[in-house]
Amino acid sequence: MPEAAKSDDFVIDVTDLSLTFETSDGPVKALSGVDLKIARGEFVSFIGPSGCGKTTLLRTVADLEQPSSGSIKVNGMTPSEARLNRAYGYVFQAPALYPWRTVASNIALPLEIMGVPKAERATRVARGLDLVNLSGFGNKYPWQLSGGMQQRASIARALSFDPDLLLMDEPFGALDEIVRDMLNEQLLRLWEKTGKTALFVTHSIPEAVFLSTRIVVMSPRPGRIHDVIECKFPRDRTLDIRETPAFLEVANRVRHGLREGHSYDV
Amino acid sequence: MKSVLPLSTVLAALFVLWYGFAVWMNSPLQRDLFANAGNTAYSSSDLAVAALNMERPKLPAPHQVAGELYHLIIATAPDSKRSLVYHASITLQETLIGFFFGSLFGIGLAVAIVFVRPLERSLMPWIVASQTVPIIALAPMIVVILNQFDIGGMTPKAVIAAYLSFFPITVGMVKGLRSPDPLQLDLMRTYSATSSQMLFKLRTPSSLPFFFASMKIGAAAALVGAVIAEVTKSEDGGLGARLLAGSYYGQTVQIWAALFTAAALSGALVGAIGLVGRLTLRKMAFPT
Amino acid sequence: MNANRLADLGPPLLFGIVVLALWEAISRIAGVPAIILPAPSAIGLRIVTSVPTLAADFVQTMRGMVSGYLIGNAAGLIVAILIDRSPFLQRGLLPLGNLVSALPIIGVAPIMVMWFGFDWQSKAAVVVIMTFFPMLVNAAVGLSGAGAMERDLMKTYGASYEQTLSKLRLPAALPFVFNALKINTTLAMIGAIVAEFFGTPIVGMGFRISTEVGHLSIDMVWATIAVAAVTGSAFYALIALIERRATFWHASYRAR
Repeated sequence: MPEAAKSDDFVIDVTDLSLTFETSDGPVKALSGVDLKIARGEFVSFIGPSGCGKTTLLRTVADLEQPSSGSIKVNGMTPSEARLNRAYGYVFQAPALYPWRTVASNIALPLEIMGVPKAERATRVARGLDLVNLSGFGNKYPWQLSGGMQQRASIARALSFDPDLLLMDEPFGALDEIVRDMLNEQLLRLWEKTGKTALFVTHSIPEAVFLSTRIVVMSPRPGRIHDVIECKFPRDRTLDIRETPAFLEVANRVRHGLREGHSYDV
Repeated sequence: MKSVLPLSTVLAALFVLWYGFAVWMNSPLQRDLFANAGNTAYSSSDLAVAALNMERPKLPAPHQVAGELYHLIIATAPDSKRSLVYHASITLQETLIGFFFGSLFGIGLAVAIVFVRPLERSLMPWIVASQTVPIIALAPMIVVILNQFDIGGMTPKAVIAAYLSFFPITVGMVKGLRSPDPLQLDLMRTYSATSSQMLFKLRTPSSLPFFFASMKIGAAAALVGAVIAEVTKSEDGGLGARLLAGSYYGQTVQIWAALFTAAALSGALVGAIGLVGRLTLRKMAFPT
Repeated sequence: MNANRLADLGPPLLFGIVVLALWEAISRIAGVPAIILPAPSAIGLRIVTSVPTLAADFVQTMRGMVSGYLIGNAAGLIVAILIDRSPFLQRGLLPLGNLVSALPIIGVAPIMVMWFGFDWQSKAAVVVIMTFFPMLVNAAVGLSGAGAMERDLMKTYGASYEQTLSKLRLPAALPFVFNALKINTTLAMIGAIVAEFFGTPIVGMGFRISTEVGHLSIDMVWATIAVAAVTGSAFYALIALIERRATFWHASYRAR
């Protein structure tokens, strides 16, 4: 059964995926004929202009949208089964922390839902806070924290139940550049340390090039993959790498791809 | 429009339940009536039919209420003291007069509160507190006091209707007059607009949705005030007086008929204001 | 924080004292007949000398009001949760609820007396009906208000309907529930007192008001109204206090 063994190697296996939304202005082809295979431990960024389908693709992996045609397998299962199997942690553009719970209690939320016993919840929460450098802030309420800290808490929450997969939809989009840089570095270290597979949607070219092992450039109308660019920077890189010629070369390739994708625009 | 089917389903279900409850609640009494009349050979359908047509039922059946409404509205001359049209018009007059003055006062107070800062801090807590007093409880007293001044008839009831309606209108209008985006207010200031220009050109139009919403609440409140006031001074008629009379004389069906008429009146008032509101807001390109 | 609170109390308190003083002065100087408007001092005296009567009236009315308030609000909340799973029922019941809220519900008082007798139970029934619909409508709005992002998050955890309800949608609905609870304190007081106008054993605040008016003992009427005012304010303040504890996290408390 070599076929099955092959598809089991890939954490995410997307074949000819299409998704059409029915809107009041007529049908919109959010995704059209998307093919993509993502192996374990990769950090894959999705970049493209609005309407290119990057968020839709992420949501389809997460079983938050249903495809119109094509197939998608997460860990060898359908997205629905994967979701019920708690295969991934999702981080939204906004922290989406519940204001009536403390930070610690927010991080424990998925654990409560999954029936993790109280003592283990406490250890996992402590570990999560440590992982995102928020130890000591567990007793605060989300609205007492800055935007960057809230987003870090949101990442800790996504990792608290130790999923293999981390799905992130422009998690740092609302933050200023300095905080964003800091969080990029922290995320990289975290990914390195935990070995998770990450899918990361972003608008920022330097962010995508800095964090990823592969960059998927998408274009709109209809939403599809325009280019896939490999990124083989050393794993212990710091933000300084953004000045190097190798980095700039990849960034230019991405920018070029984006421009080409955009040329279908008005 | 998509509520039409669910709404009619729920109403139909309520209708059926009503009939069911009427049979259930009236049966014991009906059984006694049968026993007193020496009637022992009745079937359950006889019992059910009789229970739905009693003279003094515990729960009148829908057709009984409908029949009484027909009798008292259409089949009786409108100027007769038995006609619900007569009593409804009394209540309506009190409501409208009270609502008119309540609105004037409510809107005036709202404008004052928005423009005179200290007024809000000293006055609003008392106004809010006054609403925690069941103002309605003052109804008998206001009636008596005004009587001492030989002010009788509709006036006491209109006063109570006005008192009940002004508060929701004040609260709604304060919110409405304050609703323009701070950016819009700043823009007006850059034009050196005077306070009254700001009031008429910006605050008033912005407050229209709040105006209509609070007018609806105020109208309903005015009606409640008028009805309750009539209960305390029932010699002058009105729907509240009919409620009291029905309660004194055990005329259940009459109570229900008066209640339905009051409800219909309230619905008509609120509906009319709502209609005017929707048309006005649509014309002014507010999202409706 | 405490200094601010006191400063908030200052203007209304001052206003109130001034009004009371003026009232007293005008009553004495202009010789306003006590039948029309007794002086505050006369009312105060009446309160002090009538404590047993006022207390008995208070207890009687409270029996009806509190039990009606608890049952009506609980029922409204429970029905809102029950119809939560059925958009069909919601579209049928909620417009009806809005309509009924605008009607003179108090008019059902004589019917309740007929069903439940003269005592406090019929008053409780009136309060139940009056408080049920505002709670139903507000709770339903509150339950539908949790954000799309937060609900998607629950989906990604594979949370069940019950878990999403208890951990997300009910806490998010609390501000609306308390809004209804506050509105209902006024409605409950009105319902309990006015229902007594329609028939009651010889005790109760509504009874006291309507009969003393007949005797032209206006000072006793005002005494009862004073008790009602304090009760109503205290009730409202209690709910507001509980609201603060339960929904301290809501944006409206932080935007001060």
